[in-house]
Amino acid sequence: MFSCKTSPEVGGMGHSVKRKEDARFLHGKGNYTDDVKLPGMLSMVIVRSPYAYAKIKSINKEKALAIDGVLAVITGEDLAQYNLHWMPTLLSDSQMVLPTDTVMHQSQEVCAVIATDRYIAVDGAEAVEVDYEPMAALVDPFKALDEGAPLLRPDKEGQKDNQIYHWERGEREKTDAAIAAADVVVKERIHLPRIHVASIETCGVVASYDKDTEKMLIYLTSQAPHAIRTILALVAGHVGLSEEKIRIIAPDIGGGFGGKVPVYPGYVIAIAASFLIGKPVKWIEDRSENLVNGFARDYHMDCELAATKEGKIQAFKVSTLADHGYTDSSANPSKYPTGMFSICTGSYDYEHAFAELDAVYTNKAPGGVAYRCSFRVTEAVHAIERMVDKLAAEIGKDPAQLRFENFIKKEDFPYASPLGWSYDSGDYKQTLEKAMDMIGYDDYKKEQAEKRAQGKLMGIGICTFTEVVGAGPSKDFDILGIAMFDSAEIRVHPTGKALARFGTKSQGQGHETTYAQILAEELGIPYTDIEIDEGDTDTAPYGLGTYASRSTPTAGAAAAMAARKLKDKGKKIAAYLLEVSEDDIEWEVGKYFVKGAPEKSKTIQDVAFAAYTNIPPGMEPGFEATHYYDPPNLTFPNGAYICVVEVDEETGAIDVKRFVAIDDCGNIINPMIVEGQVHGGLTQGIAPAMYEGIVYDDEGNVLNGTLMDYLVPTAVESPHWETGHTITPSPHHPLGAKGVAESPTVGAPPAIANAIIDALYPLGIKHLDIPITPDKVWDAIQVAKAKA
Amino acid sequence: MAKHKVTMTINGESVTAEVDSRLLLVHFIRENLDMTGTHIGCDTSSCGACTILIDGKSVKSCTYLTVRADGANITTIEGIAADGTNHPLQKAFHDQHGLHCGFCTPGMIMRSIDMLNTNPNPTEKEIRWGISGNLCRCTGYNNIVKSVQQAAEEMAKEKEATV
Amino acid sequence: MIPANFNYHKATSLKEAIALSQELGEEAKYMSGGHSLLPMMKLRFATPEHIIDISKIEGLSYIKEDGDMLKIGALTTQTEMEHNTLLKENYPIFGDAVWLTADPSVRNCGTIGGNVAHGDAANDQPALMLAMRATIIAEGIDGEKTIPIDEFFHGFYMTALEPSDVLTEIQIPKSTKNSGGAYYKVERKVGDYATAGVAVHVELDEAGVCQEIGIGLTNVSAVPMRLERGEEVLRGKKITDDLIEQIGIIAGEDCEPESDLRGSEAYKRSIVNTITKRMLNKALERARK
Repeated sequence: MFSCKTSPEVGGMGHSVKRKEDARFLHGKGNYTDDVKLPGMLSMVIVRSPYAYAKIKSINKEKALAIDGVLAVITGEDLAQYNLHWMPTLLSDSQMVLPTDTVMHQSQEVCAVIATDRYIAVDGAEAVEVDYEPMAALVDPFKALDEGAPLLRPDKEGQKDNQIYHWERGEREKTDAAIAAADVVVKERIHLPRIHVASIETCGVVASYDKDTEKMLIYLTSQAPHAIRTILALVAGHVGLSEEKIRIIAPDIGGGFGGKVPVYPGYVIAIAASFLIGKPVKWIEDRSENLVNGFARDYHMDCELAATKEGKIQAFKVSTLADHGYTDSSANPSKYPTGMFSICTGSYDYEHAFAELDAVYTNKAPGGVAYRCSFRVTEAVHAIERMVDKLAAEIGKDPAQLRFENFIKKEDFPYASPLGWSYDSGDYKQTLEKAMDMIGYDDYKKEQAEKRAQGKLMGIGICTFTEVVGAGPSKDFDILGIAMFDSAEIRVHPTGKALARFGTKSQGQGHETTYAQILAEELGIPYTDIEIDEGDTDTAPYGLGTYASRSTPTAGAAAAMAARKLKDKGKKIAAYLLEVSEDDIEWEVGKYFVKGAPEKSKTIQDVAFAAYTNIPPGMEPGFEATHYYDPPNLTFPNGAYICVVEVDEETGAIDVKRFVAIDDCGNIINPMIVEGQVHGGLTQGIAPAMYEGIVYDDEGNVLNGTLMDYLVPTAVESPHWETGHTITPSPHHPLGAKGVAESPTVGAPPAIANAIIDALYPLGIKHLDIPITPDKVWDAIQVAKAKA
Repeated sequence: MAKHKVTMTINGESVTAEVDSRLLLVHFIRENLDMTGTHIGCDTSSCGACTILIDGKSVKSCTYLTVRADGANITTIEGIAADGTNHPLQKAFHDQHGLHCGFCTPGMIMRSIDMLNTNPNPTEKEIRWGISGNLCRCTGYNNIVKSVQQAAEEMAKEKEATV
Repeated sequence: MIPANFNYHKATSLKEAIALSQELGEEAKYMSGGHSLLPMMKLRFATPEHIIDISKIEGLSYIKEDGDMLKIGALTTQTEMEHNTLLKENYPIFGDAVWLTADPSVRNCGTIGGNVAHGDAANDQPALMLAMRATIIAEGIDGEKTIPIDEFFHGFYMTALEPSDVLTEIQIPKSTKNSGGAYYKVERKVGDYATAGVAVHVELDEAGVCQEIGIGLTNVSAVPMRLERGEEVLRGKKITDDLIEQIGIIAGEDCEPESDLRGSEAYKRSIVNTITKRMLNKALERARK
């Protein structure tokens, strides 16, 4: 299935070579941010608000400063002297670094204690006395726009209410008209609650300012070190931290999933502390700080799907209320405040669609951070895939059949979607057929009929999603104005070994292996001879980083394009060495040869050596290339997932019996790594579907801010995943590849929700919001029984 | 607060130190001994990233006082194989792609060592329950299970060869 | 998360532990496995001035039958219980419970004595102790005490133990060929505290009539709870499906759960009803084997 152009020794695309980065992690020699230890390093601990909304009347530092080893307590007033108390979010909203008068959500940073070690810093934080005047918190987003609601952001010029923005796309009137005229319309309000990535490594920083060189060295848990450096320069340039003086090193990262894209206030406070004190300062979040300080999702979506009575989809409309907490900290492209939410028309061909969204402020932590998907594809796919299932149930049609009848056809690509995307490629029918074969769909349908006859609850759920990843073309995609290209720089040394550097940053995705494989594919240099380096802004070329499944679509393409530049130069060198015209030189993996005389050849290593030792007259020496890749389009991976569940009617317990995931992410660089990404994403799909969700009470208190109550699945809750692929190359990507890591997290929740709701359908239950927990199922069964 | 003198064996070497009562073992290992392979992920003994072996049994070192380890024989990820070699579990995690970001990996391996000592031939279900105190956010666990299965087989072969 | 400062004291004998406790007063706490107390200290919910480590006391880790009693030393770890042949063969209820308690690494530290002495209705062992009518043996200033389990749990985290008392042994009537027990709890994910749990222990006579019955409930009341009304109904009767159904209803009615993140009060009552029935059936099956 995975055809390879290179030998296993060269290890180009399609080879499941083992990972080059493994050894250090396996031996306990990884270098994560908390492992960094610098001479004289101080420790920082943050004091946080117990209230969701309160005035700060006073902060008394005295008792803390009296503790031996406590050096400083930094407040918003202190930072305000340097105008460092506010910072921009990645979507041009603003966020407090430390407050001067008001806290806007529970656990917001109030002040920070700097001490000689973390034990003393914790004691110091306990000793700080803060006098608060609590205010009634605005927790329910549906009340945010009510008359009389407190104006949460009077600091923002022109802000008259709690609306952040209104957004819409598509044709409202035509969609409304199509819905009004349709045979069948299904409606639902769907909520995707707040969730948190909870990477096992929390966030942290070691900031070290050298007063003599005026350089700020920052070790940071960052998926996007270059972008963060630019933002820091924008925030702190006026105090002397200009961009060339800031060096960010993102060392090994213990999982990111988007949670390590934003700039958190703790980073800035630690950097400011090091700048002011002149010593290295370390801040590492504890788990509770990590869990309650930035969230994904929280979309309330009113959906309407219209179809003929036979089930031909005609129109889709979705009106969303987005709860962003007290600031919009989405890491979205500036022209796309709702990310790629307009992918919500899904994998189906129909004419009319309209999506609109109102974003509001509440007294909650900043919303819009990612959870293995920041660009709202998860929300979009959940909406359409739940509604398609609801439609199938409504008209009594098999949900697989309904999908087949509505799919965009293979021959219709590139497909212009009703909300403006140009889907690059796909073969949705083949992908769903493969999933149905693998799981044995027809057999399960029979088994389900038998079980239902016995009164047992069994469900089969399908999700056939279309993803959109690889942001993005610079004409449309930028973050704070910076175009969303990415970069690769290759240096082939005289001995034919290579070093390649990237603007992205792996957090476990295996870049040290897969980028080397791309270069091996293009240049024929064995992947084991290629070192990959990322994450150091002093050495790596500028790039926007690794998130939203963009590394392969952008930096992977940049690697191929840079390699092709090298190949062109190499061709000239080979022609010179072989004493023939350049036009007579041909290439096969790793080797240039003379057309018609393959015995006359030079390897890429010969050519690299010549580039430093025997340069053609007039040619610039060296064998290096850099490419900044500006993608012509996004890539549109897709997949068909099927889930089978049984539900215990007495307890509401849900047993996931099988889960099959067929992904189509175009050409595959390393099948082993892609499969691993899919496994991991599926577990991060079952997590919000059945376990995770941040719970607030009416006062805005988070009720489950530890891993004892925020239920990250273990190996027991995580099913034995079954995976497979179809391959429809991207026509515009140099390698035919697409992104993949987000897909399973996007596709799994609707498949699971659809399966559970299918199981409960005989009882009259037609929708449940995720996470679908046993107690929620039980409650719904009681309501349904009472109705019946 | 009085300091306590503790002596323990860590990865085969005797270590003596004066420590505060409240010093958590994970901090002693990471910060006093500069062995940073043992990680901190949750502080509530939920995630298992800090798992080490105390007298051969897996223990979450974030929930263990250093003073209580006086006299103990401790093994961390740095001590399970000689330099330049691999424990069968290290090899298996590499072979089976049982790690992505690597943060949970040391704890996962230390836990698996104890599990395989107690149960050398576990079923998939027993492996899943056996590592249920160790969270991984990257792998979806499939390949961790396969890694433990491979290591179990290799360790059984090694044992057979030495008998 | 780091505990506040305290002084650590290691006791090498019961006598030393009790003397230390007497000397240090009420601000001293015993610690055995440490997996209940230390997390509370890290969150600074508990800030004892002194910790007396009793985990190193020799001779308190054993599982044996002695006369009419099964005796389990207080420092026996959950892992030791999990792998103990005697418990596996004759007291499978322990296996049911241990398998569902926390996770294997925590069970390597956690002791049965600590699990019971913590006085937490969310812990699993108290329900088993109630079901099996355990007797708690403790050593205090005035020597050994014997406390019937029904007099042991006093309130939220409160037990009959005086501050200086060390729980030393759990005694349980020896299993007979016609006795059987079973435990199950519903948990949100593996290792979680129970949403609700039920322990059942039943002893039948040769004719299959219920001679003794114990039903203990986990995490559906402030204090570990015995289902007295249900036990009374069953005692002296042949347990039929109808009776089991009735006991389920009683269990659902008599438990005292509160709505929280684990579910609504109604849901928990229903769970208790269902598990009680299921565990009664399982215990009966084991008793009849």
